[in-house]
Amino acid sequence: MPFIPHTEVETQSMLASIGVEHIDSLFEEIPPSLRASPVDHPLDGLSEMEVGQLMRERATADDHTLCFAGGGAYQHHIPAAVWELATRGEYYSAYTPYQAEASQGTLQLLYEYQSMMSSLMGMEVSNTSLYDGASALAEAVLMAVRSNRKAKSKRILMPVTVHPIYRKVVSTLVRHQDIDLVELEYNSATGTIDPDSLQLSEEDPGYAALVIPLPGYFGTLEAVHKLTDWAHEHGMLVIATVNPVAMATLTPPGEWGEKGVDIACGEGQPLGIPLSSGGPYFGFLCCRQSLVRQLPGRLIGRTRDLEDREGFALTLQAREQHIRRSKATSNICTNQGLMVTAATIFMSLMGARGLEQMSQGSHLNTEKLAQRITAIEGVKQTFKVPFFHELVVTLPQSASGVLEQLAAEQIVGGIALQSHYPELENGLLICATELRTDAEIDHFATVLERVLC
Amino acid sequence: MSEIPADLKYSKSHEWVREEGGMITVGITDHAQELLGDIVFVELPEVGGEIDLDGECGVIESVKAASDLYAPMAGEIVEVNEALADSPESINETPYDAWVFRIKPTSSDALEQLLDAAAYTEVVEAE
Repeated sequence: MPFIPHTEVETQSMLASIGVEHIDSLFEEIPPSLRASPVDHPLDGLSEMEVGQLMRERATADDHTLCFAGGGAYQHHIPAAVWELATRGEYYSAYTPYQAEASQGTLQLLYEYQSMMSSLMGMEVSNTSLYDGASALAEAVLMAVRSNRKAKSKRILMPVTVHPIYRKVVSTLVRHQDIDLVELEYNSATGTIDPDSLQLSEEDPGYAALVIPLPGYFGTLEAVHKLTDWAHEHGMLVIATVNPVAMATLTPPGEWGEKGVDIACGEGQPLGIPLSSGGPYFGFLCCRQSLVRQLPGRLIGRTRDLEDREGFALTLQAREQHIRRSKATSNICTNQGLMVTAATIFMSLMGARGLEQMSQGSHLNTEKLAQRITAIEGVKQTFKVPFFHELVVTLPQSASGVLEQLAAEQIVGGIALQSHYPELENGLLICATELRTDAEIDHFATVLERVLC
Repeated sequence: MSEIPADLKYSKSHEWVREEGGMITVGITDHAQELLGDIVFVELPEVGGEIDLDGECGVIESVKAASDLYAPMAGEIVEVNEALADSPESINETPYDAWVFRIKPTSSDALEQLLDAAAYTEVVEAE
C-alpha cells in the first residue's frame, strides 16, 4: 500500500470538524522546552550529482586517516569478495534459520563456521556466535559458574590485563547473580600475570574459573600453559579470551597446558568485519564437548534425512529459550548472523595459510613500529617483553594530548591508557596490522617526533 | 495404561521412590517417560549435595522437551546412575530399573508423605 499524505484540504476539514484551528494547538500540553524545533536543514537541497561529489570527498577524508590503534578492534585486509558475497540476497539476513527445509544454505554456512572456529581455537565445539567479544566473555563466565558445581564457588579470577571494557560488560551482566569478579593485578615490569605469584591459602573459598587473555590488553603474551595448569590443579575451569588472528600464530587455547582450556571466547571482528566506528561485530564462544549443554546460543548439526541425504538443522535446542524459557542457558543469544556469514567467507578465502600470513605480517609490522617509535628520544617500551601486534610505549608527556595533535595530521596514533590504567599516566597502546607499510610507519614516527619536541 | 508397580512410592511430579536399607532410590515413572518421548540426555545432580524437598536436582531432556527432576524428599545425594550418561534411553526401556539418583533422607518419616500406587494412579488418571 502506498503512503498517501493528507492534503491541505483534508487536514482543514478534519480540524474544522473537531473545532481546532491549527494542528500545533493539539500539542499545546507539551511544554515548549520539550518540543523539537523545526529541522534546521544545512542546505536547501542538493542534486544527486552534488551529493555524490560530497560523499566521495568525505570518503577520501576517511581513507587518508592512518590507523595505529587496536584495543580490541583491528583494521585488517578484507578481500573484496567477502562483502560482495555476504550481501547477496541468499545470505543477507541475520535471522535464526529455524525452518530447516527452507534454510539449508544458511545452515550449512553456519556449520562450516563452527568447524572453522573450533579448528582455529583447537576446541571441540563452537556455537554460531554471540553479540560481541565482551558479552561472549560474560556468557563464558556464566557458563563456568553453572558447569563447575564441584568448586562450590561463584567467584571468578579476572586479570586486569583483560580488556577493561570487557570487564565492565561482564560485571554489568553477572553482578546481580551473586557472581564475584576478583581482580588479579599484573606485574608492573612485564605487564602480564606472574604465575609464580599466584597463591591460594587453605581458607580461600576457591574460584569457579580463571580468565586468561591472549594477547592481554597491553599486547603482551600471558604464561598461558602455567596459568591453565595452575587453575586446573585448584579445581577451576579456564576461560580463554583471545584474538582469533593471533591464534593463527600462537598456540590455540585448546592446547594450553596439560588439558587445554575449558571455554574459549573472543571478538570476531578481525575476521573480515570492517571497523565501522565500533560495530556491528560478533562474539565467538567455543568449549569442550562435555560442557556443550551449558553452551548458550545456536548450534547447527549435520544429519541425514529420511532418504539418507545429508542435511543441516539446529540442534540441542533444549538449552535455548524457545524450549526452556526462563531456565535456558542464556536469554541473550542475539546472533550476529550476517557478520558470521562474512567471517566464514573471509576464513574460507584466506585459508589457514592466508590467516597465518596476516597474523605474522601484523606481528612483524608491530616489531618495526616498536623499533621506530622507541628510537624517538624520550619514548620507551613500557613492558620489555614479547608482544603480538600491539604494545605499550611511555611518552614523555600526556598521551591524550599527543593523540589530539596526531589527529590533526590525520593519524589515529593509538589509545591513551590513563583513563583505564591511571598508573600508566603517559602510556600509549599502539598497533600495526599487516596493512601498515614501512612508509606509513615512518610517517607516523616522523610526525610523532615533531609533536613531542 | 502405564505400569505403576504396587511396591513403590510416588511423587505428584512423577518420580518413583524405592526404599532400601535407609537409602532412597529415585527414578521417573513409566507415565513420565511416555509423556517425554525418546530421552536423549540426563543431567545428574552432584554427589554429596544437600537437597530440599521438591528442590530441582537434575534435568531430563528428550527429543521434544526438557524437564526438571525434583527431589521427593530432603537429604543428601549419595549416588547417581552414571550409566545414564551413555544410555539415557534405558529410562524409556525400563523406567523402574533405570534409577537416576540415591538420597540419604534427612527425616525417617519422609516416605510417609509420598503417594502409594493407588493414589498415584488417581493422579495419572486425572491428567
